[in-house]
Amino acid sequence: MKVSLEVNGAARAVDVDPWRRLLDVLREDLRLTGTKEGCGEGECGACTVLLDGAPVNACLVAAGQCHGRKVTTVEGLAGHADGGAVLHEVQAALLACGGAQCGICTPGIAVCASWIVDAEPIGADAGARARVRELLAGNICRCTGYQLIVDAVVEAAQARRAGEGEP
Amino acid sequence: MAELQPAGPVGRPVPRVDGVAKVTGAAHYVDDLDLPGAWHGATVRSTVAHGVLDAVDLDPDYDWTDVVVVTAADIAAAGGRNVVTLIEEDQPALVPLGGRVMHVDEAIALVAAPTRARALEARRHVRPRISARPAVLDTDAALRAEVKLYGDDNVFKRFVIRKGHGDDAAFEDAMAGADRIIEGVYPTAAQEQMYIEPQGMAAHWEDGRCFLVGSMQCPYYVHKAMKALLGCDGDGVVVTQAVTGGGFGGKEEYPSMIAAHVALLARKAGRPVKLIYDRGEDIAATTKRHPCVTRHRLGLAADGAIVAIDADVVMDGGAYLTLSPVVLSRGVLHAAGPYRCPVVRIVGRVVATNHPPHGAFRGFGAPQTTFPYERQIDKAARLLGVDPLAYRQRLALRPGDTTATGQELTFSVGSEAVLEAIARAAGPRPARDAVSAGGAPVRRGRGVCFYFHGSGFTGAGEQRIAGRATVALTAAGDVEVRSSSTDIGQGAATIFAQIAGASLGLAPERVRVVDPSTDKVPDSGPTVASRTCMVVGGLVERAARALGTRIAAWAGEHGRGGAPFAEVAAAAAAALGEVAETVQYEPPPGIEWDDATYTGAAYPVFGWAACLVDVAIDLDTCEVTVERCVQAVDVGKAINPMIVKGQIEGGTLQALGWGLLENVLYQDGKVANASMTNCIVPTFADAPDLETVLVEVPYPYGPHGAKGVGEIPMDGPAAAAINAVVDALGVDFDVVPVLPETIAARRDAWDAARRKS
Amino acid sequence: MTATGYVRPASIAEAVAARAAHPDWIVLCGATDLMVEAPLRPAPVGVVDVWALAELCGIAEVDGGAVRIGAATPWRDVVTSPLIAARAPILAAAAREIGALQIQARGTIGGNVGTSSPVGDSLPVLLALDATVELASPRGTRRVPYRDYPTGYRTTALAADELIVAITIPAAHPGARQLWRKVGTRRAQSISKIMAAALLRVEAGRFVEARIGLGAVANRPIRAAGAEAAIVGAPVGEATADAAAAALAAELTPITDVRSTAPYRLATVQQVVRRFVLEASSPSSPD
Repeated sequence: MKVSLEVNGAARAVDVDPWRRLLDVLREDLRLTGTKEGCGEGECGACTVLLDGAPVNACLVAAGQCHGRKVTTVEGLAGHADGGAVLHEVQAALLACGGAQCGICTPGIAVCASWIVDAEPIGADAGARARVRELLAGNICRCTGYQLIVDAVVEAAQARRAGEGEP
Repeated sequence: MAELQPAGPVGRPVPRVDGVAKVTGAAHYVDDLDLPGAWHGATVRSTVAHGVLDAVDLDPDYDWTDVVVVTAADIAAAGGRNVVTLIEEDQPALVPLGGRVMHVDEAIALVAAPTRARALEARRHVRPRISARPAVLDTDAALRAEVKLYGDDNVFKRFVIRKGHGDDAAFEDAMAGADRIIEGVYPTAAQEQMYIEPQGMAAHWEDGRCFLVGSMQCPYYVHKAMKALLGCDGDGVVVTQAVTGGGFGGKEEYPSMIAAHVALLARKAGRPVKLIYDRGEDIAATTKRHPCVTRHRLGLAADGAIVAIDADVVMDGGAYLTLSPVVLSRGVLHAAGPYRCPVVRIVGRVVATNHPPHGAFRGFGAPQTTFPYERQIDKAARLLGVDPLAYRQRLALRPGDTTATGQELTFSVGSEAVLEAIARAAGPRPARDAVSAGGAPVRRGRGVCFYFHGSGFTGAGEQRIAGRATVALTAAGDVEVRSSSTDIGQGAATIFAQIAGASLGLAPERVRVVDPSTDKVPDSGPTVASRTCMVVGGLVERAARALGTRIAAWAGEHGRGGAPFAEVAAAAAAALGEVAETVQYEPPPGIEWDDATYTGAAYPVFGWAACLVDVAIDLDTCEVTVERCVQAVDVGKAINPMIVKGQIEGGTLQALGWGLLENVLYQDGKVANASMTNCIVPTFADAPDLETVLVEVPYPYGPHGAKGVGEIPMDGPAAAAINAVVDALGVDFDVVPVLPETIAARRDAWDAARRKS
Repeated sequence: MTATGYVRPASIAEAVAARAAHPDWIVLCGATDLMVEAPLRPAPVGVVDVWALAELCGIAEVDGGAVRIGAATPWRDVVTSPLIAARAPILAAAAREIGALQIQARGTIGGNVGTSSPVGDSLPVLLALDATVELASPRGTRRVPYRDYPTGYRTTALAADELIVAITIPAAHPGARQLWRKVGTRRAQSISKIMAAALLRVEAGRFVEARIGLGAVANRPIRAAGAEAAIVGAPVGEATADAAAAALAAELTPITDVRSTAPYRLATVQQVVRRFVLEASSPSSPD
C-alpha cells in the first residue's frame, strides 16, 4: 500500500506492505540508518523514534499505521546554521559528557532524551537523576553503566532551560 | 627525540574522535552498509544437543528459485578445510554429513536470498535429520566421561599452580598447620555479553579475493581462520572492521564463524551477502561467560594471617575447545587473589559438554575465581570479628610480596592506594533497618571487595604475539595511526589519537586513526586482555616518537632544526612522500615466565581495585536495591579520564548485573531464555549512581604510565554486592547470581538470624 | 508472500463492520505485543488498525463517578490523567510500571485486555476495581464484568465479531484503600513475576469489602477468592493478614518458568497480600 508520511520535516511516500515495520521502512526504503535494531522485541530502545511527537520503538510500529503521521529520527535532531550542522542539546551533551561509547544505543537515547528535555521538567533538584532514569529505562546501554548518560541528559535539560532564558 | 608539549592531550577528557558520528546516527555499523545487490543470509541450526547428522533435506515442494544453499560439502569442493581455526581445529564451520552435532544451535547449513524475509522463509524449508545421542549437560557428567566428547576424559585443559610446596602431601601438611580452615563451594553462572548490536558480517568476492566487513574485535583472528577455511593465502582475504556496537569479549572469537558462513554464501551466490543475527539467535548460538564451580579452602593462622590457599576450579567449556584453555588460565592465575600467602595450590580444569561453546567475556575467567576468594575472605573477617575492609588492608599484597606464581611485585602496585581510597569514600553505614514506601521491612548491608587483574597477555603471550603498530606521515601530510586494535566503544581510537598527538605535539583531532583492515594495518594482536591501551598504546607512542625523530632529523638537515613537528610536517611530506614508522612489542626487562611449571611473572603488571556496595533488601519480596557502589581502580595513568571512567562504570554495572540480576538458563542444552525480554540486563532504573575513584600508580613501561583497565571493573563488584547481601541478612550466599528467588528460598534461615541479632 | 490486507476505520461502526467483513484479520492498536519479532513470524492475513481511532480514545467521568477509558487509550495518558490519579490511583501506578516510556506511548488498555496474558500488567487492577469491559459487534453493544472476561490461558469472552470499545471502572467507596504491587524481573522494562492489586475497606475495625486481583500466578489474571473470604468480616491486624496468606497457599498453584519459580511466586504473593492487609489495617489515611 502507499504510505505518505513526514520524516524529519520532509514529505515522503513509500509503497510497502502495511505489516512492514517502520524500522525497516526507515532503514531500507528511506536509507535512514541512524535508527538501529538491537532486539526487534521492543526491549532495547535502540530504534526509538518520535511518532507524532511521542517516543516509540520503530520495531513495533506497522508501516500502515504511519500514513499521515510525523516521524522524527536521530537524523532529524541536529539543526543547521551557517551552512553547518548544529548538534541538538542532547547530542552535544552526550558528546561532552562521554555518554556515547560503542554508540549503537546512542541514537535511540538521543531521540528519547530530546523528548524528555522538551516534555518533562528536569531540574537540578535531587530527584532529577531518578526521573531521568525512569524516563530512559526503555533504552538499554551495555557500555556505560548509564552514569555519564544521566549526566548528559541533566546537563542538556539545564542547557535547554538556560536557552529559554531561565536562570 | 622531540620534547613533549607541556599541555599535551594526555590526561584530558577530550571528546571521542568518533563521537559526532555516533550521536548523529552517521556512524555505519555493518547492517547500515549499503551493498548494492546484496543478498541476505540465514543459518540452519541443530535442535539437538548431541547426535549424528544423517541428512540435510530440502523441502521438495518449496520454490528454491533465487535461493542459495550451502553445506559443508561446499567447503572442501573449493579447496578449503572445514574448520574455524583458533587454538585447535576441532570446530567445524558447518557440521558435515555423517559428522557429529555437538550442541543445540550448531550451524548445519546456510541459505541466502534476495531479501531477509525470503532467507528466513527458505531456512524453514531446510530440514536436517539428526540421530540423537545422549548429551553431556553438566561438568560432573563430563568428568565421569561415560560419554566422550573430547579425548578420553573430556578435559580440554588442566593447570596446576603450586607455591611454597612440592607435592600434594606437602600442601596438606601446610594446610594442616592452619588454626582454622574455611571451606566453601562457589558456583557461578554463565553470562551473556548482550552488546546492543547483534553480531553480523558482510562478504563479497572480487577477482578471487574475499572481502569481509563486520562487527568484530579481532580482524586478524578472522583473517587467520579464513585462510584455512577458504584455502587461500593472506592476500586472498581482506577483513575490515565496521563500527562495532559493543563486544565485551563476545566478538573476540565468534565473528570467525559468521565470517566463514557469509564468505561461503557470497562465493556461492556470486554476489555480496549480509548475515546479521537477530537477537534471539545471537543469545542462543554465540559464546557466553563460562559457568564455573570453585571449591575453596582458606587456611588461617590464629592471628588471621593466611597460611594456605587451596582452590579447585572447574569450568564448563561447552562443545568445542575455542578459547577455553586461555580463559581457564586467567581464572587460575587470579584464583588466590591479591593476598599474601606462602602456600598456594590451584588446580583448574575446563571440560567439554554439549552446551554451545563458552568463550571470552570481559574478565575472562577472573570474575569466576574472584567471587570465591572474596566470599572466603569475608567469611574469615566475620569469623575473626574484624572489619572486612581493614582485614583486606592487612592482608593485601604490597611491593616486595610474591603472587601465587612467585612473581615478585616491584612496581605499580596500587593495592594500598585503592583500599585507602575506598576507606576514605566509605562514609557512615546507612541505617540497618527501614520501611519501604509500601510498608515492607527493609534490611541494609554493606560489602567490600578487593581484587587485581593482570594487564595484557599471560606469560610470554605478548612476546609470542609480537604486536606491531605504525604511525605514518602520509604523502598528503596527514598523521595516521595504523593498528589492528579495534574501537568497540572502549575509546581505542581516541586514546591512540591522544597518545600519538602527545608524542608529536599535535591536537588529537589532527591524528587520523585508520579503521582496522587487514590490508591497511599491521597485526597489533587482538583487542582483548586489557592490552589495547597499555600494549598497543605503548607501540603507538614509540612509533610516533620514532616518526617525530625522523621528521626532526629531516628538518635539521633542511635548516629548520628544532621546529615543531606540526610546522614542518607538510614540507617533509612533500619532500619525502609517505614516512611510516612501525614498531614491534618488546617485553619489559626482567619478566620471566615458565609455562611448564606455571611460575614466574604471569603478567607484566597488574591493575588493582577495590569496591564498596551498599544494598537494601525488601524483606517481603527479597528484591535487592544497590543503593551505593564505589569503585577505586588503579589504572596507572588515565590517558582520558572521561573515557576510562565510562569504561569502568560500564564494567561495574555488568558485574552488578551478573551478581544480582542476570541469568542464562539452559534446558536440555538450549538457552531457554534467548530473548532480551527474558535474558535481562540492568536498565537505567536498575543502576545506582556509580562513584568511580581513579587511582594512578604509573606503570613504567606503559604509555605515560597507563596499564590495563578494560576488565578489572568486571571482576569485583558482584562479590562486593553479594557480601553486602550476606552482611544484611546474616546468612551466607555462595552463588552467582543471587536472585530474589535465591534469597527467598532461605527465608527461614535469615529470618532466624535476623531475630537473633 | 502476498501483501497483508489493511484497513484503518474512522469510527467504531466502521471498525465493527471491518471486523465482520474480515473475520480472519487481526485488530491492531499499539502493536507492542503483536509486532514483537514480526520478521520471524508469519504475517497476519490482514489488519484492522484502530490506533488513534478518536472514538476509542480518551478518559472521561461517566454516570455516578465511574471512569470510562477508551480501549485505544495509551498507557501514557493513563499515567498523566488527573481523573485516574483521583479515582483509580493503582491503575496509574500499574500503568507507570508497564514497559517504559516507549511502550507506555503505544500500549493501550484495550490491548492489555484483548491479549489477556496472565502477566498483563493492568489486569489485576481491573479485577480489584471490578471493572467492566464494553464490547461492540454488529449485534450491538454489551458489557461484561471484567472478572468474567478472561476464560483461560489467553482466551477470553470476546466473540469473533466483537471489538473492545472501553473499560469502565466504577466509583469506589470513598473509604476504600487501593493497593498495588508488581514484582518484576527488574525495575523497569520488565515482565512480572507476580502482581497483586487490592481494594480493601475497613469499618469499625473490621474489613467490610475485599477484592484482590492477582497476575502471573495462574493461567490468567484471577481473583483471590479464598483470601478475600478470609478477610471480609475479619478484624484488622496480623491474624487476618496471616489468614489471607494461608488462604492463598490453598488456592494458588503458580508455575516455574524462565522468569521465576513456583515457590518464589507463592511466597511472594503471600507476603505482598499480607502486607496489603497490614497496610489497610493501619489507621493512616487512605492514599
